[in-house]
Amino acid sequence: MLNYVIRRGFYGFLILLGVNLFTFLLFFTVNTPDDMARLNIGGKRVTQEQIEKWKTERGYDKPLYVNDKASGVERITDTVFWDRSVSLLALKFGRSDARSATDIGHEIRTRMWVSLQLAVPLFLLQIIASVGFALLLVFFKNSRIDFWGVVACVLMLSISSLFYIIVGQFLFSRMFRLVPISGFAPGLDAVRFLILPVILSLLSRLGGEGRLYRAMFLEEIGRDYVRTARAKGLSEPRVLFRHVLPNALIPIITSAGSYLPYVFLGSLVFESFFGIPGLGAYVIDAISGQDFAILRSIVFIGSLLYIGTYILIDIAYTWVDPRVRLS
Amino acid sequence: MPKIVFLWSDVVVMLLVAALLVYGWRIHRSPNLRASWLKVFRDPPAMCSAVILLVFLGVAVVDSVHFRRALQNAAGAGAQQAQAYGTRTESLLDVILATQVDGRETTYSAPLATRAFTKDSREVNGRTERIFPRLEHGGAHLKDDAAEWAGDVAARALLGLAAGLLVGLAIVSAVAAVVARVNGWTWRQAWHQLLHNHTDLPLRAGLTTVLALCAVFGPVFALATQYHVFGTDRTGNDVLYQAFKSIRTAFVIGSLSTVATLPLAVALGILAGYFKGWIDEVIQYLYTTLSSVPNVLLIAACVLMMQVFIDTHPDLFETGAERADVRLFLLCVILGLTGWATLCRLLRAETMKLRELDYVQAATAFGVSSWRIMLRHIFPNVVHLIIITTVLDFSALILYEAVLSYVGVGVDPSMNSFGGMINLARNEMSRDPVVWWSFAAAFSFMVALVLAANLFADGVRDAFDPRARSFRPRRNPLGRLARVDRSSR
Repeated sequence: MLNYVIRRGFYGFLILLGVNLFTFLLFFTVNTPDDMARLNIGGKRVTQEQIEKWKTERGYDKPLYVNDKASGVERITDTVFWDRSVSLLALKFGRSDARSATDIGHEIRTRMWVSLQLAVPLFLLQIIASVGFALLLVFFKNSRIDFWGVVACVLMLSISSLFYIIVGQFLFSRMFRLVPISGFAPGLDAVRFLILPVILSLLSRLGGEGRLYRAMFLEEIGRDYVRTARAKGLSEPRVLFRHVLPNALIPIITSAGSYLPYVFLGSLVFESFFGIPGLGAYVIDAISGQDFAILRSIVFIGSLLYIGTYILIDIAYTWVDPRVRLS
Repeated sequence: MPKIVFLWSDVVVMLLVAALLVYGWRIHRSPNLRASWLKVFRDPPAMCSAVILLVFLGVAVVDSVHFRRALQNAAGAGAQQAQAYGTRTESLLDVILATQVDGRETTYSAPLATRAFTKDSREVNGRTERIFPRLEHGGAHLKDDAAEWAGDVAARALLGLAAGLLVGLAIVSAVAAVVARVNGWTWRQAWHQLLHNHTDLPLRAGLTTVLALCAVFGPVFALATQYHVFGTDRTGNDVLYQAFKSIRTAFVIGSLSTVATLPLAVALGILAGYFKGWIDEVIQYLYTTLSSVPNVLLIAACVLMMQVFIDTHPDLFETGAERADVRLFLLCVILGLTGWATLCRLLRAETMKLRELDYVQAATAFGVSSWRIMLRHIFPNVVHLIIITTVLDFSALILYEAVLSYVGVGVDPSMNSFGGMINLARNEMSRDPVVWWSFAAAFSFMVALVLAANLFADGVRDAFDPRARSFRPRRNPLGRLARVDRSSR
């Protein structure tokens, strides 16, 4: 087990290196630092001196990959690529490209907690709601409830999450004035601000997941052990909860777990719509401000989380299914 | 003589339609394919959604023929002067909806309204008053709009409904005639069989959809000649027109992006599954690396980079429409290049399974080369997976476009798209009184398109991969017990 985790960790590290190389290629080769300097300084007439100054301030004034002027190891270490890669791997994110040049690491650390406050309840409630809804449909399978439930699912998954947000905000914040339209407050007050985004996010994903989990449950229900359980005379709820649910958990864990990386990143759209100052809103601000330093850092964190999540999912498998042995 | 403009995405749309026709011909020729597709269309929801998708596809194709109008040469200029063309790139759809394009108001107006949505200072009987002014185009033919409006709208709607139903009935009769001819029935028999749903394909469901579409669009078009059916937006543009224009954007994104994933996904997936060993390792590493970057971020980064490139090279594009189109095209390519991992993984697993089968082993034993085996023996047997994924991704990408546009990395703001409409609608919904019509138009068009695409995809999945997990409710409880499937592991 430990052996396995170490091996996966090593592979994950290799992937991180790949991601780093890829993002660097994307951010520094498609458009040179000069282009970015011009974009950030703005204005029509940008002198070469201004560009050089901007680059020096941010440490972009070295050659990108190979430094021909230096000798020995410095040929590779005295470059932008080396600097950026080493600092990213050490989780030092530096300062943003924008004029204010805020500390990215600090921003991420403070915003992370806000995102988690939205994401953790959402993640847990999402599983509960989707599994519950799917179980309900399975319990009434081959009946009208099942049929119309699936129809509702298909309808719900055909509606863009943006529609849920706009209608939800309109109904609950403007018409009934139950919750504030947007914003955030620390502590217990946060509940007032978070309840609507959580409910709407639940709804927007309920259709797709409910239908998927229902299909997974039905797959399990066709198996022999379920027939045996019924033949023993167990009641239907007992069959569902004691026999089918634990067995269907394996595919459900994969499906729900693949959403985990986004849990930490926060839901981009929901955070920015509801003015919650989490990581998702940070990304959207960075995109609209064309701040590549922030984007690069978040891409790196995102893939770090993704890799971590998949190791976690593998471990979770052994926990729900004792037959699985990691080797 | 107008100058026909071939935008990049136009060419792609035409190529895709051509590819669909070629594929249709292949279906016609090959009994296996025909059986599979007949199975798709035997499913009533798939049949109905196919009708709707066909209508949307028609709109998208009509909107993909672009041209620039020839300008009148200045008087006195010689014949040798080069013909000048307008700067606006128009499409055939713009010509069809010319009343909507030209009937521009100054600002918001409600659906079917005759007066503006906001008050304005106008001179009435020599005094300046704050009134709701009459619209320039919406209901301009009415003298006394307050008294005549209801009657006029009702009359037009009814007339449109009648005309629509007439067209619908004509289509139904045509289908009935074809059915009668193919089966050697009399005209009356054919009608009877259609009405009682005794035809091989669920034609009754399909034709009901046709009639419903006619019943909806008849009144809409009848009213659109004099009114703004879905109102106008902040700059006075007709919302119905925008919704129609958005269909093409959605179609291009949905289809082009999935097609763009195919080359990499298919080639790498089959290679990895067939050769195993280090090739497999490298390809696995590639797609794991790619998929470990959160998708939205990856796309955002690529799109921003592309935007910087477009901004720094403004001389490459002749008109604004061209620039917007290149951006749409590149967005699709980016979506394709970042989205191939899932299909690749799927194809790799399937190829690994296939290469151990007897017929592939036999081919190897006969000395058939690896490339030939992959091309002739493996590829045709994974095509069903490719088709299913393509159809499934179509609707997902249309939904994704809206989110990307909201994030600010979607299509060009000057291009009509559902995402752009929703984005504007967000501010309109927080106005007081509420401007709801843009939102309603985007919602109804988008749900119709995505729902149809989803239902069609379900039909395709069930027909092409009967062993896969089925999502739909079944009336026959025994159907479930027969299937034992461990593909999820």
